[in-house]
Amino acid sequence: MIFLKAFLVGGLLCVVAQLLMDLTSYKITPAHILVGFVAGGALLSALGLYQPLVNFAGAGATVPLTGFGHLLAQGAMEGVRQKGALGAFTGGVAATAAGITAAVVFGYLAALLFRPRG
Amino acid sequence: MTTHWDSLPGEMQKRLYQELVNQVKPRPPVLRNAGAAFAVGGLISVLGQLIQNFFLARGLTLLDAGAATAATLVFLAALSTGLGLYDELARFAGAGAIVPITGFANSMVAPAMEYRTEGLVLGVGARLFTVAGPVLVFGIFTAWAVALLYHFLLRP
Repeated sequence: MIFLKAFLVGGLLCVVAQLLMDLTSYKITPAHILVGFVAGGALLSALGLYQPLVNFAGAGATVPLTGFGHLLAQGAMEGVRQKGALGAFTGGVAATAAGITAAVVFGYLAALLFRPRG
Repeated sequence: MTTHWDSLPGEMQKRLYQELVNQVKPRPPVLRNAGAAFAVGGLISVLGQLIQNFFLARGLTLLDAGAATAATLVFLAALSTGLGLYDELARFAGAGAIVPITGFANSMVAPAMEYRTEGLVLGVGARLFTVAGPVLVFGIFTAWAVALLYHFLLRP
């Protein structure tokens, strides 16, 4: 059941992005989508609207980049709960450290090892 | 058109030109694109759920399992981008391959590979952040701002 929910929610979030790119007259690039989804996820999370989606859909809500924004916001807010204003500076990046470090390390290695095609 | 183009105010010229561009621009196959994005985005999420369940079964906490899942998906995306497979997927799936965290990893590796000839520092090192840089800027800034608001308005 969690797999079906993950499929539906993860898929729908991608459909929203696809429609933003196809149906708006502004030039929305993949970079704009990624930036918008991370910031949007952080905002929804702060309003308490994203955690219910994570509880419902699991990876369907955490794998899309909105989940990355959610993790950033929740980390920063947890930081604030633990050590006040300083926590806003430490909590966000700490909560997302695994993803960021993996992206830098694996990204750098992949770019060294492989040649672009064509 | 009876009015001479050059006699129109600049604003109107811009608007008319944009209308013309929109008429000529090929319309994207909206339904087909949405279907492909839905299917592939959904499947990548299911893959994430499978990986997360694997880590949970090995005794990781939910938070740690999420972190390990993110790292694993990023690894798979970096590898398949290097092999040229992820870009094939993205051509088919559009946002279905962009929105998941695998798309974030792809946006780092693809330009870094492309600009390798500019060196290991300003080529690979800098180009990793062509898209990831803005994503981190807006993400970290937003999280910082909402946490400070939370601190000063709600006083936890």
